[in-house]
Amino acid sequence: MIIFDNVSKRYESGYDALNQVNFTMSAGEMAFLTGHSGAGKSTLLKLLLLMDRCTRGQVMVGGQNLNRIRRRQIPYYRRKIGLVFQDHQLLFDRSVFDNVALPMVIAGAQKRDIGRRVRAALDKVGLLSKEKLNPMALSGGEQQRVGIARAVVNKPDLILADEPTGNLDPKLSAEIMRLFEQFNQVGVTVLVATHDLSLIARLNHRILTLQKGRLINDGR
Amino acid sequence: MTVAEMLFKKNKDRRKVPPQKLPTHLERRFNEGGATQKEISLTDRFRGYLNNHREVALLSLKRLLDTPLSSAMTWAVIAIALALPVGLFLFLQNAEQLSVGWERAVQISVYLKGDITDEQGRQLSEKLKQHQSVMKIKYIASDQALDEFRELSGFGDALQYLNENPLPAVIVVFPKTESNALLSTKSLVSELEMMPEVDQAKLDLQWVERLLGIMMLGQQAAFMIGLLLSLAVLLVIGNTIRLAIEARRAEIVVIKLVGGTNAFVRRPFLYTGVWFGVGGGVLAWVLISLVMYWLHKPVAEVVAAYGSSFQLTGLGVIQTLALLGISAILGWLGAWVAVGRHLSDIEPR
Repeated sequence: MIIFDNVSKRYESGYDALNQVNFTMSAGEMAFLTGHSGAGKSTLLKLLLLMDRCTRGQVMVGGQNLNRIRRRQIPYYRRKIGLVFQDHQLLFDRSVFDNVALPMVIAGAQKRDIGRRVRAALDKVGLLSKEKLNPMALSGGEQQRVGIARAVVNKPDLILADEPTGNLDPKLSAEIMRLFEQFNQVGVTVLVATHDLSLIARLNHRILTLQKGRLINDGR
Repeated sequence: MTVAEMLFKKNKDRRKVPPQKLPTHLERRFNEGGATQKEISLTDRFRGYLNNHREVALLSLKRLLDTPLSSAMTWAVIAIALALPVGLFLFLQNAEQLSVGWERAVQISVYLKGDITDEQGRQLSEKLKQHQSVMKIKYIASDQALDEFRELSGFGDALQYLNENPLPAVIVVFPKTESNALLSTKSLVSELEMMPEVDQAKLDLQWVERLLGIMMLGQQAAFMIGLLLSLAVLLVIGNTIRLAIEARRAEIVVIKLVGGTNAFVRRPFLYTGVWFGVGGGVLAWVLISLVMYWLHKPVAEVVAAYGSSFQLTGLGVIQTLALLGISAILGWLGAWVAVGRHLSDIEPR
């Protein structure tokens, strides 16, 4: 699903954010990406989302070489990835339902399909009863679950999460991780960037560790 | 790789996914929950696209109405900027209508030579009556002219001392004024002057020409003012849209990250611009209508005093539609420029 082939990223300032990173994730796999802040976690995710391009090497996602994706095609590429943010990035000018529906609206889905898929996704994260509320009225854990529902509503093959439990207490964090595991169990590839080592130590998944831009532990 | 190839490839990948576990009712619901993105057909996608347009159009209008005061201010600025050139245009249109009436009053005085007898004069006027560009004629014999002069000039007594009538016979020619009146009238005058019986044919057209010249100048001025004020409308809308983009920065970033194309991001702002334009156009129409209503009475009084049949005309249906169309286009264009300039700055970091 994901192949990093000798990937380096050097910023214009000369700073090496990633240095010759190699790893492969097969479809249906779940992995954690850890490292101190500044180790390159965010850069790696940015490369996967095409928010940035690598300076050397190749990134392949779902058989597609990201270097070859042109600017105009980026939106269509991103639609195949479910993205979960640290600060959930919900839009407070619309209801929970409309937040979750956003990726489907963008993809141009039919109204009835949107309704069905959004409710299914909200049901999955246990928030079906709150679809009409404004996300502002929800707790931090619930907001993050709405963010996850939005990430999975399009049935992506790959979920990327950037510090999804960054602002949550351990109990809520464990719940969120359990959600990711459930998606993984139905065949979705999941990559979670986190520095919550104590949490992921209890979960039995592959751990990729970055340090100063190098992959020092592949966790296999 | 084309999109179709990508989709095909994805479907093949999908089949490789191991059999799915966890058949809880939630799981089943989630997996049965309708079409995935890859299964959306082209017609559905097109319908979704149209739906999105309609929804975005309504939503952006609703957003404008949610902040009535600031929207109204923008609308007012646009309306005034549009009403000025349109008002000037209306003024010119009415003036033109007036001058058409005056042109109809153009007449040529054909002075016959002194040795032309009354009989010859009448024959000539009969002949002129048949001329294709003559509407009607009036023959004034020299005696008749003398009588008129005596009555009207106040020099009646002085005429007694003259041995003979110094006034020539005159044929007053009223030319037809259908198409390009001025030109055909001028050629008629030169034609009349060529006639052997005619001493002089006189047409006082200078004032008409001057009036037309001034109106032409007015039209050009109206055009220039219209152009400048259209630019002002563009800038006003552009700036308003720029602020709207700033206010929705977070939303734009999220939309781009979950796969929104630039067109999708642009759409609500373009519709907002169109609504600003159309609203301004409607308000401009109202402004102009109010002014016309106020002017109606005083103009009617003046017209009545001059005994003219002139009527003040406002914007017709087509002109109103043109005003609304132009304002909508200006709004769209202003938004488009603003969006083009500022949207590319907002990329997820």
